Amino acid sequence: MARYVALRIGQSLLALLGVSIIVFALMHLVPGDPVRSALGTRFTPELYAALVERAGLDRPILVQYFDWLGRAVTGDLGVSFRTGQPVALALGQRVGPTALLAFGALIVGLLIALPAGIVSAVKQGKAPDYAANTFSQIGVSLPDFWFGILLILVFARMLGWLPPGGYASFADDPAAALRYLLLPAVTAGVVTGAILTRFVRSSMLEALNAEHVRLARAKGLPWRYVLRHHVLRNAWIPIITVTGLQLGTLLGGIIVVEIVFSWPGIGRLALDAVQTRDYPVLQGAVLLVAAVFLLLNLLVDLVYARLDPRIRVGAST
Amino acid sequence: MSIDRPSGDVVLSVRDLEVSFATRRGRADVVRGLDYDLRRGETLALVGESGSGKSVSTMALTKLIPIPPGRVTGTAMLDGQDLIAMSERDLLAVRGRRIGFVFQDPMTSLNPVHPIGRQLTEGMRHHLGISESDARDRAVDLLRKVGIPAAEKRLDDYPHQFSGGMRQRVVIAIGLSCDPQVLIADEATTALDVTTQAQIIELVNQLQDELGMAVIWITHDLGVVAGIADRVMVMYAGEIVEEADVDELFADPRHPYTVGLLKSLPVLGAFDRDELAAIPGLPPAPTDLPAGCAFHPRCAYRDDERCVSERPPLREVGGDAGSGHRIRSFYEVAEDDRRAAATAGIAAPEHREEDAS
Repeated sequence: MARYVALRIGQSLLALLGVSIIVFALMHLVPGDPVRSALGTRFTPELYAALVERAGLDRPILVQYFDWLGRAVTGDLGVSFRTGQPVALALGQRVGPTALLAFGALIVGLLIALPAGIVSAVKQGKAPDYAANTFSQIGVSLPDFWFGILLILVFARMLGWLPPGGYASFADDPAAALRYLLLPAVTAGVVTGAILTRFVRSSMLEALNAEHVRLARAKGLPWRYVLRHHVLRNAWIPIITVTGLQLGTLLGGIIVVEIVFSWPGIGRLALDAVQTRDYPVLQGAVLLVAAVFLLLNLLVDLVYARLDPRIRVGAST
Repeated sequence: MSIDRPSGDVVLSVRDLEVSFATRRGRADVVRGLDYDLRRGETLALVGESGSGKSVSTMALTKLIPIPPGRVTGTAMLDGQDLIAMSERDLLAVRGRRIGFVFQDPMTSLNPVHPIGRQLTEGMRHHLGISESDARDRAVDLLRKVGIPAAEKRLDDYPHQFSGGMRQRVVIAIGLSCDPQVLIADEATTALDVTTQAQIIELVNQLQDELGMAVIWITHDLGVVAGIADRVMVMYAGEIVEEADVDELFADPRHPYTVGLLKSLPVLGAFDRDELAAIPGLPPAPTDLPAGCAFHPRCAYRDDERCVSERPPLREVGGDAGSGHRIRSFYEVAEDDRRAAATAGIAAPEHREEDAS
């Protein structure tokens, strides 16, 4: 097991290094001069030269890369072209809201997907199955901006139960935070739930039809026991993988939902950075999102190894 | 249907067992009126092609088939209790406890995420109400009995740490774990290589002698039948077409289908036969069974009156009355053909010397 963990961590670090190269190259591959466009109307030759020098853009590209990488490793991602604020600080402010929304959406998604997927698999071809399939079909094809606006209209404008947008920190005021969270979490969660429902259903079906389930039934074990220990236990493995990947996507920022609900997340920060050509911020955001995604993948694999003895033992022998 | 044999030691008595499934293409009659008695200590082989209903007919005994769309009628008396009339709740106490099962593929019939010890003990704990440690002790005994070396050390190993043959031994141990009266082995050696197959057959024979249980051995391999069975039922299109003691079946087959099966077997050292004699045509779909005898479209002996309009009854044939040799056909295979089949059969040489008359 230890060897497997070490191996996976090594692989993740290598992937992260690859990401860092791409992210760094971003600055140099985009058409146009980032410094020039960042300066916009404030442009003067002196200011331009000073900024280029401060960003180190006049030095050889490899030197620039290792320099940037060295600083990035210590948490220094440079400063925003726009605001002059350290990128790490800007990102740090967005991590909390992003994580809150991502986990909120995931919980909503799982609350939908687990019961819907399990029931639909167990009652395959019957009414609950059709209902769940219809839901996931609609959920997957639902445009999230439209659904978000619909929720705002109904629950904020018409009923006035919840705020139409904004954010409150969970640490400061948990009740308010939840009120702000509910609509965006449901918006993103329904889509996530619709996707996950299909995976839960298909991995449940696969587990249900496994030969060892037939043998478990032939042992005379009660159906509930068989379902729990021989179907669900096996179906978890693919479900956890997909859930981890979904969480990675959510943590990467759900830009549309963040915009509809004025949610101060990473996705919006990245979008703003793109629009204002604030490359250091964009680089930082992409790097962070990639790192989080890789970390989640790593965690998923480790959980996977705990659940599936074939992986665990296979790697250690 | 009466079977003129002593019935005192009958463990399982099946009468008029029918299984059908509702399908899009109409009702599929997969088992059509099965009658048989299984005696204590006896091994009954169910032989037939894929789709002949041999597996379904045994799975249906404890309703291990999906119902609906499946439907089971008839009676199956196990110790005076009719399994077919039992509630699901009562059947739970039969499955694994009074009837043990061994399935075909040892690679898939064990759950990959649980250690084999747990898969062995869960049934025992459920049925026998014994403690975890007692169940583990029993599990070690069982694993020893089925020939797994260092059994106590292997309880916590996972299925993938065993070879196919070893896994099938584990599956057999599971089937035996609650001392069942009947063991149903569904193609239990089909997925194994011949050497392992022989070991498993030997093992089951030996355990059967030791434990006195009755075994229903489902297979499409007549070689296995010769090695293990006391009595054979040949199934075709959901019904028994021939039933006889194993020696009699190989020495003196009477049904055109059985004869066809035996003649289609390859014989080691028979260089004079260029190709195997195949039975022409294909078995009928259970949704679209031919009128009359189900085998008539493929049968060389059919007439164009009774065979195509009237379903033949299962009737006693052969020399001694009460031998239990029955066939479902209006016509018996001619004697020279029978002898040809008997010699062609893979049965051990002693079968070939017996006279068919």
